[in-house]
Amino acid sequence: MSLQRRHFNAIALALAAGLGLSTAAFADSALDGVMARKSITIAIPTDFPPYGFVGTDMAPQGLDVDMARLIAAKLGVAVELVPVTSANRIPYLQTHMADLVISTLGKNPEREKVIDFTAAYSPFFQAVFAPKSLVIKTAADLGGKSVGVTRGAIEDMELTKIAPPTADVKRFEDNNATVSAFVSGQVQVIATGASVAGNLMSRNPQLGTEFKLLLKDSPNFIGVAKGDDKLRLKVNEIIAAAKASGEIDRLCVKWLGRPSGDLPN
Amino acid sequence: MNQLDFAAVLVDWPLLLRGAAFTLGLTAIATLLGLALGIACARARTHGGAVLRAVAATYVELIRNTPFIVQLFFIFFGLPSLGLRLSSETASIIAMTLNLGAYAAEIVRAGVENTPRGQLEAARSLAMTERQVFLRVVLPPALGRVWPAMVSQIVIVMLGSAVCGQIAAQELSYYTNLIASRNFQYFVANFVAGAAYLALAVGVRQLLTWAGPRWIFGRVAGAGR
Repeated sequence: MSLQRRHFNAIALALAAGLGLSTAAFADSALDGVMARKSITIAIPTDFPPYGFVGTDMAPQGLDVDMARLIAAKLGVAVELVPVTSANRIPYLQTHMADLVISTLGKNPEREKVIDFTAAYSPFFQAVFAPKSLVIKTAADLGGKSVGVTRGAIEDMELTKIAPPTADVKRFEDNNATVSAFVSGQVQVIATGASVAGNLMSRNPQLGTEFKLLLKDSPNFIGVAKGDDKLRLKVNEIIAAAKASGEIDRLCVKWLGRPSGDLPN
Repeated sequence: MNQLDFAAVLVDWPLLLRGAAFTLGLTAIATLLGLALGIACARARTHGGAVLRAVAATYVELIRNTPFIVQLFFIFFGLPSLGLRLSSETASIIAMTLNLGAYAAEIVRAGVENTPRGQLEAARSLAMTERQVFLRVVLPPALGRVWPAMVSQIVIVMLGSAVCGQIAAQELSYYTNLIASRNFQYFVANFVAGAAYLALAVGVRQLLTWAGPRWIFGRVAGAGR
């Protein structure tokens, strides 16, 4: 056996051992680890006002951030916030770099294959927005137009389903890039969440952006690792209690300007 | 742990192939333009007047001391506010060309400055013009001397093009991320993309090493020194 081959084997062994260890470590519920550490790691958005954004004091704030703090408080543990983007929030959960993802996460069958969802905690919808001068009444009107969307977000999947093949769909890494592309005129149309669009409109009134097509009504859920029922049921208990006590409504009024309405469990 | 599902990623091989072809295309264009730009800047820095030297030096230092992704975002997101709107493909090519041009300028300059004085004197004694001296006597062996470093730089620029997917240029890593965002096989998708980049890099290196002496600088004596 040559020296190189031996090295290779050693590395392969070390890798395999690492993978095996990590599997063993996460076979139990993340809840046990959280209670032992007295700290929970929660993935939150920082590019998605008013759900999660960075204030002038550079601290994350928003509905998702408050929700993360609420859950940590009810568990009686400290909270460690991890900023994530639309594209990487599910990998954070899959690789156990976060215990929970509270990041305007919509539920769909593809995602349900790889992670589990708690009850819904806030309302949300995705839509197509464009300047008033552009006539878009149906999905077919998107043909021949450039449409910006954040890759891997719910609106990407919905847009991909309805957009005609002649639509030039440009997928960007995160919401900031998608919004920048729209504001700088790199794309004519933007498909995004209502909150992002609302923020975009108020900051760039000269664009005359308006609502065009509804893509999906999609309330937000909290993501937990696949199969971690213990943590999921515990979070569900906290959400149910917060709904009953009116805490969820208060958060929605604070950040969205309206009560939560009916949310699916 | 997630299951590693190679089939779920490889079923999208036409997308990966298209992305790899796009990456190669970007690299080919940026290499041709970047080499020309680099040679021009090397000439300016070694033979130009004070103004030209300063302009070339500023360009080289500006590019070599800022991250590629910042240059790319400046061209794609920044220039529209100055009235220049470029497609993601054009912006990618310009960014890669500017980036390669700056590094190539320094690599070529190293080769040019190592020209033996006797060769210059011999060329001038044959009444060659300065332009002829540079193009026929100085440049070919200079390129030959620095070609391995140049090939490495071209490969680096090709690998760096992975960030062009951030502005929706449809290259290999764009499709990799697209596939992963559909089936959540991030590890597998990036593993496959990594293998593809490795193959592209080895292929490009071999091709350029082979093509250099034949088409770019000729079989010059002492090229390997």
